[in-house]
Amino acid sequence: MSDIPEDLRYTPEHEYVRETDVDGEVLIGITDYAQGELGDVVYVELPAPGEEFGQMEAFGTVEAVKTVSELFCPAAGAIVAVNDALETDPGLVNSDPYGEGWMLRLELEAPEDFDDLLTAEQYAALVSDGDEI
Amino acid sequence: MRFEMEPFGEFAGRHIGLAPSDVEPMLETVGAKSLSELVEETVPEPIRLGRDLDLPEAITERRLLDRAAELARSNRPFRSYLGLGYHGTLTPGVILRNILENPGWYTQYTPYQAEISQGRLEALLNFQTMVIDLTGLPIANASLLDEGTAAAEAMLMLWGSRGSDDRNVFLVSEACHPQTVAVVRGRARPLGIQVRLFQHGDIAAHDPDDAFGALLQYPTTEGAVVDYRGLCDALHGHGTGVVVAADLLALALLVPPGEFGADIAVGNSQRFGVPMGYGGPHAAYLAASDAFKRKLPGRIIGVSVDADGNPALRMALQTREQHIRREKATSNICTAQVLLAIMAGMYAVYHGPEGIRAIATRVRKLTWTLARGLERLGHTIVHEQFFDTLQVIPSSFTSAEILDRARQRGINLRDFEDGTVGVALDETVRGEDLGDLFAVFGGEGERELGAGEVAADIPEPVYPAELARASSYLEHPVFNRYRSETEMLRYIHRLETRDLSLNTSMIPLGSCTMKLNATSEMIPVTWPEFGALHPFAPVDQAEGYRRLFDDLERWLCEMSGLPACSLQPNSGAQGEYAGLLVIAARHEDRGEGTRDVCLIPSSAHGTNPASAVMAGMKVVVVRCDENGNIDVDDLRAKAEKHSDRLAATMITYPSTHGVFESAIREVTDIVHEHGGLVYLDGANLNAQVGLCRPGDYGADVIHINLHKTFAIPHGGGGPGMGPICVTEELAPYLPGHPLVDVGGEAAIPPVSAAPWGSASILLISWAYVAMLGRDGVKAATEAAVLAANYMASRLSEHFDVLYRGEHGRVAHEFILDLRPLRRGTGVTDEDVAKRLMDYGFHAPTMSFPVAGTIMIEPTESESKRELDRLVDALISIRAEIRRIADGTLDAKDNPLKNAPHTAEMVTSDTWDHAYTRREAAWPAPSTREWKFWPPVRRVNNAYGDRNLVCACPPIESYEAETAGAGQAGA
Repeated sequence: MSDIPEDLRYTPEHEYVRETDVDGEVLIGITDYAQGELGDVVYVELPAPGEEFGQMEAFGTVEAVKTVSELFCPAAGAIVAVNDALETDPGLVNSDPYGEGWMLRLELEAPEDFDDLLTAEQYAALVSDGDEI
Repeated sequence: MRFEMEPFGEFAGRHIGLAPSDVEPMLETVGAKSLSELVEETVPEPIRLGRDLDLPEAITERRLLDRAAELARSNRPFRSYLGLGYHGTLTPGVILRNILENPGWYTQYTPYQAEISQGRLEALLNFQTMVIDLTGLPIANASLLDEGTAAAEAMLMLWGSRGSDDRNVFLVSEACHPQTVAVVRGRARPLGIQVRLFQHGDIAAHDPDDAFGALLQYPTTEGAVVDYRGLCDALHGHGTGVVVAADLLALALLVPPGEFGADIAVGNSQRFGVPMGYGGPHAAYLAASDAFKRKLPGRIIGVSVDADGNPALRMALQTREQHIRREKATSNICTAQVLLAIMAGMYAVYHGPEGIRAIATRVRKLTWTLARGLERLGHTIVHEQFFDTLQVIPSSFTSAEILDRARQRGINLRDFEDGTVGVALDETVRGEDLGDLFAVFGGEGERELGAGEVAADIPEPVYPAELARASSYLEHPVFNRYRSETEMLRYIHRLETRDLSLNTSMIPLGSCTMKLNATSEMIPVTWPEFGALHPFAPVDQAEGYRRLFDDLERWLCEMSGLPACSLQPNSGAQGEYAGLLVIAARHEDRGEGTRDVCLIPSSAHGTNPASAVMAGMKVVVVRCDENGNIDVDDLRAKAEKHSDRLAATMITYPSTHGVFESAIREVTDIVHEHGGLVYLDGANLNAQVGLCRPGDYGADVIHINLHKTFAIPHGGGGPGMGPICVTEELAPYLPGHPLVDVGGEAAIPPVSAAPWGSASILLISWAYVAMLGRDGVKAATEAAVLAANYMASRLSEHFDVLYRGEHGRVAHEFILDLRPLRRGTGVTDEDVAKRLMDYGFHAPTMSFPVAGTIMIEPTESESKRELDRLVDALISIRAEIRRIADGTLDAKDNPLKNAPHTAEMVTSDTWDHAYTRREAAWPAPSTREWKFWPPVRRVNNAYGDRNLVCACPPIESYEAETAGAGQAGA
C-alpha cells in the first residue's frame, strides 16, 4: 500500500499539497502512489519562479524511463521556488516524494482553495479504485 | 486447396517456413477444417477480395537475378560531380561484405531489447561519437532519414524552444541545397511557420527579430567555405538559433559548427562509405548543444550499467519519442537509419583520424588542382575558399555546351541555371578523372591538362586560420585500433555476435513483421549499377530504376486497391505525414481548407497522432470498446460533432490489437459521409495481401511499410520505406521534388530529400513480389494467419489471449495478457521478455498496444518447429511463474527477475541464487543445441537516463562510473 499522509491534501491527478509555515504558501509534489506507478523518475521539467498557473493547469512534466506524465497545479497561484535538487537527482521523487522530492513552492492566489482539495481519505478511496495515471 | 495440393513455387517454398505437411496438423490445433475456412473465419466476408490479384506469375530466384541484371544494364552510372550532398565513396570491402551484405547485421529490429543488441548499440555509439567529434557539438542522435528531414527536425527543435510565440520565421540561407529548402518549406507550412530565404552575407537586411532560427549550409551548395562566426553572433544577438547543415568530410579540415556558434548541426553521412543508391538509403546525422538534450528527435544511444554494474548500452531518453508523447510529440520520427549509420561509423573506425583527414585532404587537393587548371584554361572560379565543390563561370563555352561535353564523356556536372556549372569531387576521383574534366573544359585543339602537371606547380592548399580546423577528433581508442583488415574483421564480427538477429532465432515482434529477408532479394542491392547513381542524375541514365519503379508502383497499387502511388516517403512515419498532407491539399483545393480534425482511435500507434499534428491537424481521440475494437458509436458521434471540420481518420487494419474488425466498412462510410477521408496505416498489411484490399473497403490513402510486409530488412532500426498509395482523386497531390519531375500536377512539397526516397532498397520489395508472384503473396498471407492462430491456440491454454475477431480468430498477430500473472508473483512483461533471452529468443513487442502485455507476430517465414520452440519456451516460463506463485521459487531471487543470465554470471565461482545454474542458463533442450549468450545482464535504464552519456566514454571513465554505480546500487 502506498503512503498517503493524513496532513496533506491531494488532487485526482496525484499531486499532493502541503501547508508551510508561511501563510498561503504550499509545497507541491506527486504522491507516493504516483511515483510507484511511474517507476524510476529520470527527469522533472519545472517552470521558473515567478510564473503563474491557473487551477489544474499543466505546470511541467515528470519523465520516467518508459512514460511521461504532465504535472497539474492543484490551485491557482504563483511559483515562489522550485526544487533545484531534482535537476541533479530526480530519483528523490521516488525515494522521498513527500520530503526531498517536492517540486514547487506555490503562493496561492486564494488560500482557501487549499480546503477544496481532496483529503487523504478521499484520495485513498480514489487510489483504491485502481485509477490509472 | 492450393496451399496443400501443389508444392509452392521454387521461391515461395523457401520464403514460407511452413512445409505443406505442417499445414494439416496446425489446422487441427486451430480447429479449422481447411486453410480457406480459417481465412473465411478471420477476414470479414464483406471485404474479402474474392478474386486473384492481378500480379504476374512467380519467377524463380535465378530468373529474378537475370531480370535484376537487365535492369542494372539499363542504368548508366555516369561519373557524378553533381554534389548537392551526395558523393561518390569507396565502401571498404570489409564493411561491404561483413555489414551491408551480412544478415547478422541487417535483419535485426530496433534495439528495444538492449541486452541482446549490444553489438549494434556499440556501433551506433561509435557513429554518435564520430558525429560529436566532427561537428564539435556535445550530443548527437543515432541518425535520421536524410539531410532535408534532419534540417526540418532541427527547425522544429528551435521552434519548440522559441522564447516567444511571436517568433514564427525560420530563415533559410539561399546557399542551402535546394532539396533541403523544399523539404523544410514543406514541413514548415502546416505548422504555420514562415520560411524566409536570406543571403548569408546580408543578415542585417533581414531583421531577424521575428525569427526563431536560421539554417546555413557549410560549405554552401555552391561550394564556398564561409566563416560564419560573425553571422552566428549576430543571429544569437537577436535571440535566433542557428542550424548548420555541414558536410562531414569537410569538417575534417574546417572549423566545425560547434566551434563557430551553431546550436544544431545536421547533414548526410553518406559519403562515409555508403553508396548513393539513387537517393538512399543513407544516414543523416543531427548533433546539438547540451541545452537540446531532451529535444533531440529520433533515437539516442546512451551508456548505462547492467545489474552487475558492468557498462551496458541502450536507447536513452525514450520518453521523448512519439510512441509515448503521441499528439504532444514534436516529431513523428521512429525510424533511424541504423544499418547505414553503422556503416558510416565503421568507415571512421576503419580509417581513423589520420585516414579521414588524409581522404579529406586529398579531395581538397584534387579540387584545388582542378580549380587552378580551370583558371589556366581561362575559366573563372567563383569562390576563393572551397572544399570539394567549384562553381565555374565558363569562358569560350556556354554552360550548356560544357554540360553537353561532359555528358558525352559519361560525366554529370551540376547546372546552376545561371550560366555557371558546378563540379563536386570526392574520394573516388583519380588523376585521370581530372584529365577528363580538363578535357571537358579545355576546348578543341587545346592541350589537355593532366592532373599531375597542374599539381606539380601549384602550392599546397592551406586554409586561412579562421577556417582551418585546429581541434582534434576521433581520438577514442575505437577509432585507432582497427587499421588492419584482420583486426577490423574481428571487431565487426565480435559486435555481430552480441546481437540476436534472424540468423539466430525468430524475432516475434508484433506489428513489426520480421519475415525473411531473402538473400536473392538482397544480392542486387549492392551492385554498382544501382549503388553508384546520383539521385539527381538525368532520368535517362536511370532507365533500369524507372522500370523497377513502374513495376513496383503497379504491384503496390493492385495489392492495396488504390490506383496511384508515390515511392518517395522514406519511412512509415513519413508515409503517414505525406498521406495526411495529400488529404489536406485535396480539402484545400476544394475550398475546404478548414477541415483539420483527424479522428484517431485510442489504440493507434503513437506515430499516428504525432503525424497528424505535424500535418497541421487537430487530433480527436475515438474510444475503443472492451474488445479493443473502434467504438463505432463514439466515432459516429465525433464525426457528427466535427462534421464541418472533419479532415480524416487514421485507422490501422487489422487493428493494432491484431483483429480484423467487422465494422471496418461502417467506419469508413461514416467518415466519408461527413466529408472526411480515410487514412489507413498499412503496418498490418501482411495480414491482407491477396485476401482483401484497403481501397475496396474505403481507404483513400495507405502507407505501406516495405520493411514489414515487403521484405526490406529492418537493418537493426532502419532503413525503412513507407510509400503511399492513394485514390484517383488524390493522385494530383502526390509529393513532388524541386530537381526531378515526380509527383502529381498539384504536388505537395517533397517529404524526403530524394525523389524516390531510398531508391536502391526498392529492389528488395520488387524482387519479393516478383519471386512470390500472384499466388505466392497470397499464400504468404495465409501462412502468416495460420501461424499466428496456431500459436494463439497452443498458448491459450496457458495465457489469456486478449483480443479476437468475431469468429474467435486472430489476424497475423495476437496479444498475451500478462497482467493477471503479476498479482501474487510480481512478474512483469519485462521479466518475461528478458527471460526469453535465456531461452535464445528475442522478446515479442512489449506493452504495445496494451501495457502489461506482449504481442506476438510470427510471420509466414518461420517453420512449425520454430513456432513450437517459442511456444514451448513461453509455456516453460509460465511454469516458472507458477512456481513463484506457489513458493517453490523465491519471489525476488528467481530466474525471471534475474534474467537474462550471462555466461560470466553462471560460470562464476560463487552462485548463491535460490535456483540452479542449469535452470538459469539451460532452461530448454534447444539451448543445449545452440546457446545464444546475452552479453550483458539486465540494463539499468534509469541510471542511464539520469546520467546521459551519448558518446564513447574514455576507458578510464568507464571504470570509474561503473565503480560509482556499484556503490549507488549497494
